[in-house]
Amino acid sequence: MDLYRAHVLVCGGTGCSSSGSAQLIERFEEQLKEKGLEKEVKVIRTGCFGLCEAGPVVIVYPEGTFYSRVKVEDVDEIVSEHLLKGRKVQHLVYVDHKTHESSIQKSLKEIGFYKQQQRVALRNCGVIDPENIDEYIAFDGYRALAKALTEMTPEQVIKEILDSGLRGRGGAGFPTGKKWQFAAASKAEHKYFVCNADEGDPGAFMDRSLLEGDPHAIVEAMAIGGYAIGADEGWVYVRAEYPIAVQRLQRAIDQAHEYGLLGKNIFGTDFNFDIHIRLGAGAFVCGEETALMASIEGMRGEPRPKPPFPAVKGLFESPTNINNVETLGNVAQIILKGADWFRSIGTERSTGTKVFALGGKINNTGLVEIPMGTPLRTIIEDIGGGIPNGKKFKAVQTGGPSGGCIPASLLDIPVEYDTLTSVGAMMGSGGMIVLDEDNCMVDIARFFLDFTVDESCGKCTPCRIGTRRMLEILERIVNGKGEEGDIEKLENLAENIKATALCGLGQTAPNPVLSTIKFFRDEYEAHIKEKRCPAHHCQALLNYVITDKCKGCTACARACPVGAITGTVKEQHKIDIQKCIKCGTCMTKCKFGAIIKD
Amino acid sequence: MKTLADLEAIRAKTLENINMRKDDNAVRVVVGMATCGIAAGARPVMLAFMEEIQKRELKHVTVSQTGCIGMCRYEPMVDVIMPGQEKVTYIKVKPEMVPRIVAEHIVNGRPVEEYTIGAAE
Repeated sequence: MDLYRAHVLVCGGTGCSSSGSAQLIERFEEQLKEKGLEKEVKVIRTGCFGLCEAGPVVIVYPEGTFYSRVKVEDVDEIVSEHLLKGRKVQHLVYVDHKTHESSIQKSLKEIGFYKQQQRVALRNCGVIDPENIDEYIAFDGYRALAKALTEMTPEQVIKEILDSGLRGRGGAGFPTGKKWQFAAASKAEHKYFVCNADEGDPGAFMDRSLLEGDPHAIVEAMAIGGYAIGADEGWVYVRAEYPIAVQRLQRAIDQAHEYGLLGKNIFGTDFNFDIHIRLGAGAFVCGEETALMASIEGMRGEPRPKPPFPAVKGLFESPTNINNVETLGNVAQIILKGADWFRSIGTERSTGTKVFALGGKINNTGLVEIPMGTPLRTIIEDIGGGIPNGKKFKAVQTGGPSGGCIPASLLDIPVEYDTLTSVGAMMGSGGMIVLDEDNCMVDIARFFLDFTVDESCGKCTPCRIGTRRMLEILERIVNGKGEEGDIEKLENLAENIKATALCGLGQTAPNPVLSTIKFFRDEYEAHIKEKRCPAHHCQALLNYVITDKCKGCTACARACPVGAITGTVKEQHKIDIQKCIKCGTCMTKCKFGAIIKD
Repeated sequence: MKTLADLEAIRAKTLENINMRKDDNAVRVVVGMATCGIAAGARPVMLAFMEEIQKRELKHVTVSQTGCIGMCRYEPMVDVIMPGQEKVTYIKVKPEMVPRIVAEHIVNGRPVEEYTIGAAE
C-alpha cells in the first residue's frame, strides 16, 4: 500500500452529494493527475461531517483544513495552492457564523460547531471511507465482535449493555439491555435480530447519515446483538428513499462476508450470522416495530396489539429483537470501552450521547452529537450558531410528529429523556426544528397533524378518524373560522386518542397540538377570538398595508397580479383588500420596506 | 479471517496509511514549498522524506507543506516538529541529507545539528 502525504476528504453524504460533491471528487482526481500529485495525495469520499449547511464540505489532512461550499471551479485553486504549494486557500475556509472567525488557523475540533460535540455514534462519519472495510478495521472496527465472541458469554454481553444504561435512540427510550434480555430468555430454534432504519420523522436524518458514513458499525453491532440473544439471522429494514445508504450497507455486508466476519463460524467459534436488507416503501407507520415486522413478512404494514411482544413472538412467529440504527451505533464502543466509560458520558438516567438533526430557523443546519444533559441553549446558540437574520427565537420542536414544542422560557433545561417528556416534548428520534418569531404555533401544530393524518394506517378508529377531526378544527382556526370552545374540543379529542389508539403513532399524534396549547394558548386565542395571527403567518388572517414610507415608485402596483394596488406616481399607494389575494409579491418588490403585514 | 491476530494485522497495515486523520501527537515534517522553495528543489526533498518514512514504516510521521517564511536564501527549508518540543529548522536540504535526518532526528531524537539553521547563523 502506498503512503500518501495528504488526504482530501470529500463529503459523500446525501446533503453534499446533492450539492455536487461527486463532481468535486472527479475534478480533484483530474487535477491531481495533471499536476503529477496522484501518488502523493489521496482523495476519499466519506460519510456526512454534520455541518450540512456549509456543504459541499472538503477537509484536507494532515492540516485538517476545513473548506466549505466548495464549487467545481474552486478545486483547481485548492490543488495548485494548498496541495502543491502548501498555502491554504483563505477565501474558501469555513467561517464561523457566530464569531465571524475564519477557521484558517484552527483544526476541525476547534471550530465552534464541533467544539462542544462528542462523537460516539458518529465517530467514524466523515473520517473513514465507508466503502473500505480496512479503514473501518484500522479504527478498531470488528474488535468488539472479536472480543464478544472469543472472550465473553452472551450473558456477559447483555450485562455490559444493561450496565451501560444505553436506551433506545429511536423514540421511546426503552433500555436496550432489557430488550436483549427478554429476547435471550425466549427459547426457540430460530431467532431474529432486526435493525430499524425506517427513519420517518420529518427533519430527522441521523440514521441515514450513520448508514452512509459508517455502515460496518451497524453490521458489527447486529452480529454482537445476534450473539447475545442467540439469533443467527439479521434483517435491516431501510427505506428505499435512502439509495446511498442501501448501497453502502449492501457493500459493507458483502465485504464482511468476504472477510469471514459474517457467515459461518465467525472468528473460529460456532457462531453463525447473516444479514439481509429489506427495502421499505416509506410509510411512517412501518417504523413501529410490529408494523415493520409485518412489512418484512410481505404483509400490509399495520401494527398489531402488544402483547405478545416481539421478544416472544416477532418476525416469522419467532422471538425477535428490534433496535434503531443510532442505538446500534453505540454498541461496539460499549463492548470495547466498557459500560463504565459509557456511563461517564451524559447523565444518571440518560447515559451516552444523542445525535440531533438541527433544522429550521438556525444558522448551522446539520447533524450534531452531544452528551446527554447538554442544555438546549448550548445546542441552539453555540453549536447551532443562533437564529439567522437577527430574528428572535420562539420555540424548538423536538421528536417530530410525536413530540412537542419547547418555548424560550425553558431553553435552559438539560436535554435528556425524562426532562423532555416532563415538559410535554420528547426525545423522539432526534429531529430538532427551530422556530423563530415568524412561525405561527397553531400552523406548526396543523403541519404535524396533517402529516400524521396522511400517514395513519387506518386500522384503529381513534387514529383514523380522531386525528382527522382534530386537523379539521385546526384548519378552521388558521383560516379565521375558529369558534369559542375549539381549544377545549381539541384537548378532549387529544386525551381520548392518546388513551385509546392502537400503536405509538396514534398515541403520540396529539402531542404537537397539546404542547402548543400548553405553551402558546394565547396564540390559539388570538386566532379564535380576535381573528388575528400574532406571527403574521396565517394568510387568511392578515392584510398587507402600505405605510407612509411609500415613495410612490409604482413598483408594487406594476407587480401586483390582480391589480389591487392603486396610486399616482410619487404619492403613497393603497391596497384594495377586497381584491388582494395576499400573495406577498408587492412586499418583496418594495425597495423601501413600506409594505407590512398587519 | 479466523482469529483476532488476522484482524490485528489488517488494522496495523491500514492504520499506517490513515493515521494522519487520527493522531494528534504525530511528528510533523513541514517542507517550505513556496515558489522560492520549489525553485530551490523542495519537491525532491519532500518526496525523499515520504520515501524514507515509508521505508522505515514510521507510523506517527506526517509530511506537509508550508509557504515562504522569508528566508528564501536558505531554501529548501524543512521544519521537523516532535511532539512537545521546539521545532528544528533544517536549511538547504538536499535529498541525500534526508535519510540522516530521519534516522538521527525522527527515529532517535537527536537533531542533526550541522544541517540546522542554528549552525549557519
